[in-house]
Amino acid sequence: MAAKKGSITPRLTHVKRVYLDHAATTPVDPEVAEAMARVLRDTHGNPSSIYAEGRAARELVDRAREDVAAALGAQPTEIVFTSGGTEADNLALRGVMQARRGLGDHLVVSAIEHHAVLDTARDLESHAHVRLSVVGVDRDGRVEPAAVAAAIESKTTLVSVMHANNEIGTIQPIAEIGALCRDRGVKLHTDAVQTVGALDFDVSRIPVDLVSVNAHKFYGPKGVGALYVRRGTRIGTMQTGGGQEKGRRTGTENVAGIVGLGVALRLAVERRATESARQARLRDRILDGVLARVPDAILTGHRTERLPNNASFCFPGTQGESLIVALDLAGFAASSGSACTSGDTEPSHVLLALGLERHVAQGSLRLTVGRATTDADVDALLEALPPIVARLREASAVSV
Amino acid sequence: MSGGVDSSVAAALLLERGEDVVGVWMRLVPGGVDTDAPRCCGTDAAGEDARRAAATLGIPFYALDYADVFGREVVDRFVDAYASGETPNPCVSCNHHVKFDALLRDVVAKFGGTRLATGHYARVADAEDGTRRLLRARDAAKDQSYALYMLGQRELRRIEFPIGELASKTETREIAARFDLPTATKADSMDICFVGGDYRDLVRGRAPRAFEAGPVERVDGSVVGEHAGIGGLTVGQRSGTGVATGERLYVLRLEPERSAAVVGTREEITRTTYDLRDVRFTADVPPGDSFETSAVLRYRGTPLAAAVEVIPGGAFLRLAAPALVAPGQAVVFYGARRPRSGQTPDDVATEYDRDEVVGGGIVRAGRTG
Repeated sequence: MAAKKGSITPRLTHVKRVYLDHAATTPVDPEVAEAMARVLRDTHGNPSSIYAEGRAARELVDRAREDVAAALGAQPTEIVFTSGGTEADNLALRGVMQARRGLGDHLVVSAIEHHAVLDTARDLESHAHVRLSVVGVDRDGRVEPAAVAAAIESKTTLVSVMHANNEIGTIQPIAEIGALCRDRGVKLHTDAVQTVGALDFDVSRIPVDLVSVNAHKFYGPKGVGALYVRRGTRIGTMQTGGGQEKGRRTGTENVAGIVGLGVALRLAVERRATESARQARLRDRILDGVLARVPDAILTGHRTERLPNNASFCFPGTQGESLIVALDLAGFAASSGSACTSGDTEPSHVLLALGLERHVAQGSLRLTVGRATTDADVDALLEALPPIVARLREASAVSV
Repeated sequence: MSGGVDSSVAAALLLERGEDVVGVWMRLVPGGVDTDAPRCCGTDAAGEDARRAAATLGIPFYALDYADVFGREVVDRFVDAYASGETPNPCVSCNHHVKFDALLRDVVAKFGGTRLATGHYARVADAEDGTRRLLRARDAAKDQSYALYMLGQRELRRIEFPIGELASKTETREIAARFDLPTATKADSMDICFVGGDYRDLVRGRAPRAFEAGPVERVDGSVVGEHAGIGGLTVGQRSGTGVATGERLYVLRLEPERSAAVVGTREEITRTTYDLRDVRFTADVPPGDSFETSAVLRYRGTPLAAAVEVIPGGAFLRLAAPALVAPGQAVVFYGARRPRSGQTPDDVATEYDRDEVVGGGIVRAGRTG
């Protein structure tokens, strides 16, 4: 691509960038990148091979497994490496519903799950004779434990409620939900993709049976994740092959990615206390600043029980897509709801589940800070956003 | 950017000129819909091509969703027109309501853009009086100005057509090669970009009433056959009836309220006078209450000597010689001059700029004229 003939670098790419979409993905930590590069350079063995090169690779995978287990308060044998959060969610739902089929056929999920859970649950309902109950949320996006309890019936085998929502940041009372599931003999899966690394999450204290983890949400590489499976939880598999990961996720291990996940999670845990407090302060500056400066801005998600890095809003009279484009042109990376659904003008199922009207939900904006975010970034955002919202509202009003 | 070579080269030319360029692709069909329309610029596949072209140029790129407005203003109008016996022109609707209305408004009002450029083969030039003029493309063979006649000063001041200045498609391809843009040309987009197979299937599915059988009649009311539905007929097409009499009969008129098709000989169906609705002028005002012009009755059609009389709510078109144009089709005026009394509007083309689009209108249905 170098030295292209008529190529000119446009000025727009020179705008200073402010990245406020850490819920979509995070930059890889340099220490993680270095650890991964070392693996790619120096370790070429297949972890399943019995000779020296294989053993070296196996050692790296084992050590990463220990790091991940330690970060979650789990045992290494309870960790299954996957290709990311989506695969972890799929494995949890499909694997458990399949393995526990003799015990029941009923699955309970919340209405604000990520599509990786929600669409998998619907697919199981359509194609695998699974009966599905979807539990709603309150206006703050909280799943009421009593509502989960009410949804559980004699043939319920699995409940899946995310730990914190990726769009609005609301943290769920997962320990309470776990306790009531355990009482009823029902397994609980939680998609903790947004929280592991950001919040204290210890399975020795939280009664949860399956946890989805995704490396690129905590400054690790894309394409690698893990599923925690509590010992004694029967789980099937989605693919067949050489039998890696004790047959639960077969296929040659992504050694460099797994090492990257392990290092990234270890670093995240080390920095968690200071980073979470620092990010929560920046988040509150955004929440307060936007609500004060943008007329009719609506905060989405719980005011306090929310991820330390998530500030999310709706601006009635705007469209999320336009907000993102206008902010991008001004140098800000933000998102409207989930990155996975951008390009889709349908309002987010999460925002609709809060009871917001469609036209309000259409004007959603999610700003998620991260390790590199500074007060100056927040200042710049608070300066740029109000006139953009005003301009878009004016433009939309004309077109009606 | 449509994903084709023309709009990609338009972006490249602006970039070369030192402009801040942002690529926008319009989604025109709902995402994930597997359309078999091979020439549709609004499908996911076309969007991918546009994205790659923007990346090659190194410009920001956005895929924006206009499926709603396209569905309403282009596809629905298309179906409604056929169902009511007219022959629609979806390119005109798309330019009028989608590209140079919804998109232009968003570019300016929402994203702070100063101008909108597209890959149309046409030109916009500044006139001495400070107005903007719409002109044919330099390459007459590629000219698309016909489908742009509805643009007024508000739009023209914000529009650029960079490739309309190019001498030929060869030059377009050379520039594409210079910028490493994909030069493999897809088939040029044509009339009904959003229909893969037979447009009648679309109309039948959406407006089944237009596919009820009805009588085929001559002008005198005598029934000469039966048709399968006016939604599948177009004014001017061979009717397939009249075999018994040995005459060549064409569809003259469609009457949806009684599902009748009226057919006639070539002499019977051509006319010199047409009633136009939705008349627009690029200068925002007509060149006069009546004027002589060079009228084009179809995309890339031959200019015909004509006179236009502007009336409230429309205009009358008088052609120097009989011709056929179906209701719903656009008539575009190229050049204008005040009529000289006592003269017929013949050979007008040499006396004014027949490259300039002064306006146009849509042929009204009905017997008028």
